[in-house]
Amino acid sequence: MTADVVRLRPPMHRVSPRAVWYWATRAAVLWIVLLVPQVIWWFADSDGARLPHLIVGVAWLVLAAVHLAVMPQWRYRVHRWEATDTAVYTQSGWLNQERRIAPISRVQTVDSERGPIEQLFKLANVTVTTASAAGPIKIDGLAAKDADQLIADLTTRVGQTTGDAT
Amino acid sequence: MTTAVGAGEEAVVDAGDGWRRLSPRMLAVHPVMELRRLIFPLVAVLIGLRNGDGGDGGWWALAIGGFGIALGFLRYFTTSFRITPTHVQVRRGLLQRRTLTVPRDRIRTVDVTSNVLHRIFGLARVTVGTGQTDQKNNGVKLDGLSAAAAENLHRELLHRPAVKPIPDVDSAMQSRPAEAATETVLAALHPAWVKYGPFTLSGLVAIGVLFGVGSRLVNEGHVNLAKIGVVHDSIAFLRDRPLPVAILLVAAAIVVFTAIASTVGYVLAFWNFRLSRHSSGTLHVRRGLLTTRNTTIEERRLRGVELSEPLLLRSVHGARVLAIATGLRVGRGADRGGSILLPPAPRAVAVDVAGTVIGDPDPLTVALTRHGRRASVRRFTRAVTASTILILIVLAFVLLAGAPWWAFWTALALLPLGVLLAVDRAASLGHALTDDWLVSRHGSLVRRRYVLRTDAVIGWNMATSVFQRRVGLTTLVATTAGGRQRYPIPDVPDAEAIRVARAAVPGLLKQFLAESG
Repeated sequence: MTADVVRLRPPMHRVSPRAVWYWATRAAVLWIVLLVPQVIWWFADSDGARLPHLIVGVAWLVLAAVHLAVMPQWRYRVHRWEATDTAVYTQSGWLNQERRIAPISRVQTVDSERGPIEQLFKLANVTVTTASAAGPIKIDGLAAKDADQLIADLTTRVGQTTGDAT
Repeated sequence: MTTAVGAGEEAVVDAGDGWRRLSPRMLAVHPVMELRRLIFPLVAVLIGLRNGDGGDGGWWALAIGGFGIALGFLRYFTTSFRITPTHVQVRRGLLQRRTLTVPRDRIRTVDVTSNVLHRIFGLARVTVGTGQTDQKNNGVKLDGLSAAAAENLHRELLHRPAVKPIPDVDSAMQSRPAEAATETVLAALHPAWVKYGPFTLSGLVAIGVLFGVGSRLVNEGHVNLAKIGVVHDSIAFLRDRPLPVAILLVAAAIVVFTAIASTVGYVLAFWNFRLSRHSSGTLHVRRGLLTTRNTTIEERRLRGVELSEPLLLRSVHGARVLAIATGLRVGRGADRGGSILLPPAPRAVAVDVAGTVIGDPDPLTVALTRHGRRASVRRFTRAVTASTILILIVLAFVLLAGAPWWAFWTALALLPLGVLLAVDRAASLGHALTDDWLVSRHGSLVRRRYVLRTDAVIGWNMATSVFQRRVGLTTLVATTAGGRQRYPIPDVPDAEAIRVARAAVPGLLKQFLAESG
């Protein structure tokens, strides 16, 4: 075992390409929520000086544009998942990235959720929890049918293990 | 796992089917407990009456409190519990009846607490912990059993291993096993340990509470602090001194008060402390001067120990020991303090006790693998960045808001302090893997050494920030079902992270390894 060259490879599967749009929409909603009060303030405060509002507004817009342009693509390149007979392995994040591995024998629940934005893009996420509050493994942006398939697979495999998984 | 069963499915009445009640003496305790909550409104109303501008809020609070006392009485009549060979059941509620059923093999801890009032009336509160007690209202809590009943219940629940489902309830209740089981004392409080009290800072909490009480009295009772003699005199005294002297005097007063309060707190919490091991496979912690607390942890659920050394305590060679056990979450609600295995004590004793508890002294003394220069450099950059940002904020206040310049010069001291902290943090960083144990140590203000059984690791998280990726470091987190749930090894070199993860949980990572570097 030559410890120095041993590396983890990334998980096998990419998420659905539509996830890029999902992440972009989600971020856009957040930016709108942040920007709307500012625009209202701008109009309400019409007798004050325009310049500070303009500078702050432009700064916000540039930040938002960069975030919306960079984040979803970056995430799409990072987010990956894989489920084998014995383990679930995921990689997620963009600036801060995280790889999570949990053995199937320690899995407590498998559950799936489809929020409004996810439904719009026919996506679903799958969350695999273990007995540890720090261990949930979430796979974001799966195509809905892949998610269903994954849940079916995982449920079968988890059902074959015994013990209380703590 | 706890399941709430609807009342309809449990249509048995309080016949001799094993349902038991709390002690009737609880009827005396509960109103007093409720009264304790009423002290503030009472005082406020009294002061309000004297000043002639009666506080209406106070009256309302009193009325609501009276209602609470009535409810307290009702609680006695509506709460009952029973212990079958396989389950513990609690029924409570007046309008909405609830039956809580806990399978006995899921019981992980039993905690018997009596505060002063309880003790006067010879009562105790029993909390049965399952893995889920951290969720609200989900645990089995029996407030107001007679002390003897609590002791019996305690024994019934935990000291009988491998409960077989016997259909006959009564036989299980009566056949109390002869107490042949032996108890070994692992540690007991040495009066000299009280000297560690001032170094625990628990007194800061007391200051916070006093401050809270004070401000509430001022607000609700319309007390003018400046009119009180002592306060008035000390303010006048301080006003005559130059500002730095006044600040020093106040700081000194706070330090002295904290030291005294911390010592008192230590005695109150840990007097009569005793840690013992029962031959049926449980650990007992008994402690407390006024409020006594008696915690039992099933050793089967023990996943490791944590040696915690806050900076002040470390400076006098002291340490505490906490248990890592499933069903005991550190610092959460009812479990707060429930995982303490040893109060602040000499470090050598702490190491010894921790080693005895896990049955292997090695993980606590083994030399740790350092994380290397890159990890140390990260400690420095982080400390310097944080101090610089704080200093710049102070500078901004000085320039824009007209704060005095000495604030800025004082803030500059943050830089050397930050560097000192970084030196210590870098020195703390380390990990090790012995036969069965994963060891990780980090932190400076609170240096912690986690010793976790490798088979208790139920997953790995490997987190990397942008900066960590640039220098090839990973924060490897072992997730587990007990204690803090996550036990990190910060800033470990990538290859070492994978080596540790592979060695601790064999076979898991193999399938995900790259073919070659």
